[in-house]
Amino acid sequence: MGEMFANWHHLSFSGDGWGWNLLRGLSSTVQIAAGAYLLGLTIGLLGALGKINGSRLTQWLLEVYTTLIRAVPELVLILLLYYAGTGLINELLELMGYQPVDISGLVAGIAVLGIVQGAYATEVIRGAMLAVPRGQVEAAQAFGMSGWKVLLRIILPAMLPFALPGLSNLWLIVTKDTALLAVVGFSELAMTTRQAAGATRAYFMFFAVAAGIYLALTLVSNQVFRLLEKRVRRGQPDVN
Amino acid sequence: MQWYWIPEYAPRFIDGVIVTLQLLGISVVLGMLLAIPIGLVQVTGPRWLAIPARMFCTLIRGTPLLIQLWLLYYGLGSLFPMIPEIRESFLWPILRDAFPYAVLAFTLSVAGYEGEVMRGAFRGVPKGELEAARAFGMGRFTLLRRIWLPRALQNVLPTLAGEFVLTLKSTPLAATITVFDVYGVGSIVRQETYRVYEPLLFVAAIYVCLTAVIVVFFRWLERRVPRPA
Repeated sequence: MGEMFANWHHLSFSGDGWGWNLLRGLSSTVQIAAGAYLLGLTIGLLGALGKINGSRLTQWLLEVYTTLIRAVPELVLILLLYYAGTGLINELLELMGYQPVDISGLVAGIAVLGIVQGAYATEVIRGAMLAVPRGQVEAAQAFGMSGWKVLLRIILPAMLPFALPGLSNLWLIVTKDTALLAVVGFSELAMTTRQAAGATRAYFMFFAVAAGIYLALTLVSNQVFRLLEKRVRRGQPDVN
Repeated sequence: MQWYWIPEYAPRFIDGVIVTLQLLGISVVLGMLLAIPIGLVQVTGPRWLAIPARMFCTLIRGTPLLIQLWLLYYGLGSLFPMIPEIRESFLWPILRDAFPYAVLAFTLSVAGYEGEVMRGAFRGVPKGELEAARAFGMGRFTLLRRIWLPRALQNVLPTLAGEFVLTLKSTPLAATITVFDVYGVGSIVRQETYRVYEPLLFVAAIYVCLTAVIVVFFRWLERRVPRPA
């Protein structure tokens, strides 16, 4: 009974221990999360600009994108985007006379989670941009700054304090959403854990260890975002 | 695109919707019943209650729901059969089924996330209103029942609507432990018809409809609740 809880030798980094496998899983998880987060931020920034400044058609298309993505379960989206995306790319390649390629799980995972993140990031960044006082933008324009410069020098730095709480939430969500990729068979931390648990029958211990690793990731991220928030808020009066 | 399979599988999709709604309904109700005290003790409770409540929220919010689900179903579920007392007890048929594990996992998840929401909600009620209630001679429980809880819930109703939509969208995870909800039925259709996209699109459409139902329900609820100016 007790050994079902603590078969610690299964975690060792030598012999038939699963230590390295879990570490590799964690590394994949962090890579996918970071890649998807960056992709999501890029989509979010463009999406927010499109929603605020774009043409009627752009605004409508973006509205459909953010609404649909946010109303469909991540698991369904991941499967849809995964199959549809890889299928589409291979069909295109064949049309152009190339051989179909095996799209790496890493790239597919980043793309799929990035597209999902992008919808949420669009809304977070849009809200933050709208919170930047109009006068600051007008002042910048009065100084003769081009639209690009206004964005880089005024809007982006001024919106960060408003956007950061939402963006830090999105990071925490994406690190946990990487676990969903286990369902399409990509071997990140959750999948590796499941394999390890199945092979050793020490289900409880392995899932508890995985939970601990994800928790540590979250707690470390929290600290980093706290420091970041302090930095982007420098010079602002304390709210509390 | 081929949709010929819809009539054949319609009854199973209806069963799936019922399973999804049961899972959502039970875990939201039980989860909120836990979330209210979890939020409350973090605002006024003694430290020996506030600290575990805080840790519980951090733990639930800091780990993927999929891992929690697997930890309960595969982890706990693999320990139970080794205890003869449990195998012979009346609880065994329940413990062998996947649905109760899903309900437990989602209930704890709702309790963790909404416990955090309720903490903010209780804190957000103006002190003056609580003092006024005390000045009227209300006891602690009357004050909670008549003033503090209703005011807190009123303020976070829109947040809760969003949170419950998120819970609905995470229910497909239950299919990974053999619960046949909408998503699970969709997987069966995919396996039996060899169609990849159509069942997924159909399932996605069902979730969009269910989301719309939750949103409309909460809008109706918000209109019924009197709002201070």
